[in-house]
Amino acid sequence: MPKILMKGAEAIGEAAIRAGCLSYFGYPITPQSEVGEYMSRRLPEVGGVFVQAESEVAASQMIYGAAGAGVRVMTTTSSPGYSLMAEAMSYIAASELPAVVVNIVRGGPGLGGILPSQGDYFQAVKGGGHGDYRCLVLAPATVQEFVECVMKAFPLAEKYLNPVLLIGDGMLAQMMEPVDFDAVKTAPQLDVEGWATTGCKDRPRNVVECLWLDPQLCEDFNFELIEKYKRMTAEDCYFEEYLLDDEPEMVVVAYGTTSRIVRTAIEELRKDGYKLGMLRPITLFPFPFERLRALSDAPYMKAVSVVEMSQGQMLEDVRWAIRDQYPVGFFCRMGGIVPSPEEVIDFLKKEFVTRGLKGAKS
Amino acid sequence: MKTIFDRPESMTKIESHYCPGCTHGVAHRMVAEIVDEMGIRGKTVGIAPVGCSVLIYKYMDTDMQSAAHGRAPAVATGVKRVRPDLCVYTYQGDGDLASIGMGEIVHAANRGEKITVVFINNAVYGMTGGQMAPTSMPGQKTTTSPKGRDIELCGSPIRMAELLSTLKTPSYVVRASLHSPAHIVSSKKALRQAFKYQLAGTCFSFVELLSICPTNWGFTPVQSNKWLKDTMLPYYPLGVFKTPEDK
Ligand SMILES: Cc1ncc(C[n+]2csc(CCOP(=O)(O)OP(=O)(O)O)c2C)c(N)n1
Ligand code: SF4
Ligand SMILES: [Mg+2]
Repeated sequence: MPKILMKGAEAIGEAAIRAGCLSYFGYPITPQSEVGEYMSRRLPEVGGVFVQAESEVAASQMIYGAAGAGVRVMTTTSSPGYSLMAEAMSYIAASELPAVVVNIVRGGPGLGGILPSQGDYFQAVKGGGHGDYRCLVLAPATVQEFVECVMKAFPLAEKYLNPVLLIGDGMLAQMMEPVDFDAVKTAPQLDVEGWATTGCKDRPRNVVECLWLDPQLCEDFNFELIEKYKRMTAEDCYFEEYLLDDEPEMVVVAYGTTSRIVRTAIEELRKDGYKLGMLRPITLFPFPFERLRALSDAPYMKAVSVVEMSQGQMLEDVRWAIRDQYPVGFFCRMGGIVPSPEEVIDFLKKEFVTRGLKGAKS
Repeated sequence: MKTIFDRPESMTKIESHYCPGCTHGVAHRMVAEIVDEMGIRGKTVGIAPVGCSVLIYKYMDTDMQSAAHGRAPAVATGVKRVRPDLCVYTYQGDGDLASIGMGEIVHAANRGEKITVVFINNAVYGMTGGQMAPTSMPGQKTTTSPKGRDIELCGSPIRMAELLSTLKTPSYVVRASLHSPAHIVSSKKALRQAFKYQLAGTCFSFVELLSICPTNWGFTPVQSNKWLKDTMLPYYPLGVFKTPEDK
């Protein structure tokens, strides 16, 4: 199929449908209400289910119910709404259900703003709801990649019986870019007979729950989760390396929208002879710790920088990855302000000076 | 020999954790009997609440999902919408349904979800140790209203059946009671009708069952039944509040 020009939010909806997700429950919130609008129009055409819930609390509990009943299901929201989904996310993770959730992150805290931000990184990556759990978190950087990530999210959720969270921002959701839905073939849904509440005719009953009154059983389950997350790290950690194979002096770590600006900045700096590249995590959990550690340990690598639209949330993971061996340069814009390529270039040039690197002289 | 009384097929052989005299067990049994009678064990999914009946998913021998506190009607919506051929019911206490879950129940009813809600009104938070519920009676002493419920500060008890019956969406809304054998018989009738409406795809159905919590009321079961009759019945009238045929 030829590429078609599509708005990010609508492409997210269409990608889900193409992935065999025929049920969507959501509550409107800028800057992603167009996903729900699109689904309300499209799902009835393909015999699917669309429900506008009374709140994000309810929407997320509806996807818990639908996922428990063994169908592919998705909801989408933006930051304040995702906070309201924290309860359900914890229950979905604890009941080991496959569900896909998209958070189009906006400026915060509080009601914040509606423009792009990466301020929900901790909430996305470190848990978000109560208890010890993780979502598998995907952070695409283009509308095309968003489509591919949505389509991969369903089989991933089913592989791990775990919620998959995609994070993006208003830039990705609102802009139009060419997309090709045939770039990914979605795997067929795995068998749900063993756990889904489809009615217990001709089989033992299935129960979806997450209560362990015996602390030993609860701890056992927590150990199982640790194993699951280790498997995710081993088998499904994704990242992109940009200009990292000619022994650069600096690696910049950035994801999502920010990575696009960093890419432009690196292109410009390369023209002036600066040797630097980018590591772009595509999964934020599992985070590419090992790759980053190996890069920072390489004899030629002299500096690591982070550019982020938050106060320095991913920065903490980067510092952990390189074991704080040397200071990490950090630049951020927040509250809905996307850094310009010029200010990122300025920052990176200064970093070359501060860290005593060769920079343009090389 | 003819068996005249046995455990319903839709109940597991697990001993329940309920206090002596608690009516949760009676309500569970009635639901299971109806599931048996209608022959729908293989297509029934119950949604458990958070409250004393949180473990209902262990007692019912059907597919079950547990819900977060108050969210059962949203979870049921998710199940029923994607699998409309299933029979989906929620079983919820008064704290669960009328306090933290007020939003979910009102909107599920208003959307006309084809689910059945079994609402156990025992005028108290049983599980957490007897705190005031939105349904506690004026003057009722609880662990968080030690001098009795003050309606100036806490408002009057919420009548859920009346409240839901004001919604324009067609539904079946009924209140019955579990304080005497005769009332239990009419409760079961109401429940059966509620499940019938669901199976016919007619409407949302809601059965409020006035119940007792001897442990937290601080009475014997017999005294509790009397307290229900004397105190709750005048405030919570029994009967059918709405049928789908109502204009
Ligand atoms: C979000 C949340 N808040 C509070 C609780 C604690 N809690 C458990 S059960 C309950 C009240 C249950 O009362 P009710 O619904 O009336 O059920 P009963 O035990 O009386 O049958 C509360 C407040 C919880 N589990 N989750
Ligand atoms: S505390 Fe009350 S509601 Fe809970 S089991 Fe005991 S009697 Fe029943
Ligand atoms: Mg109660």
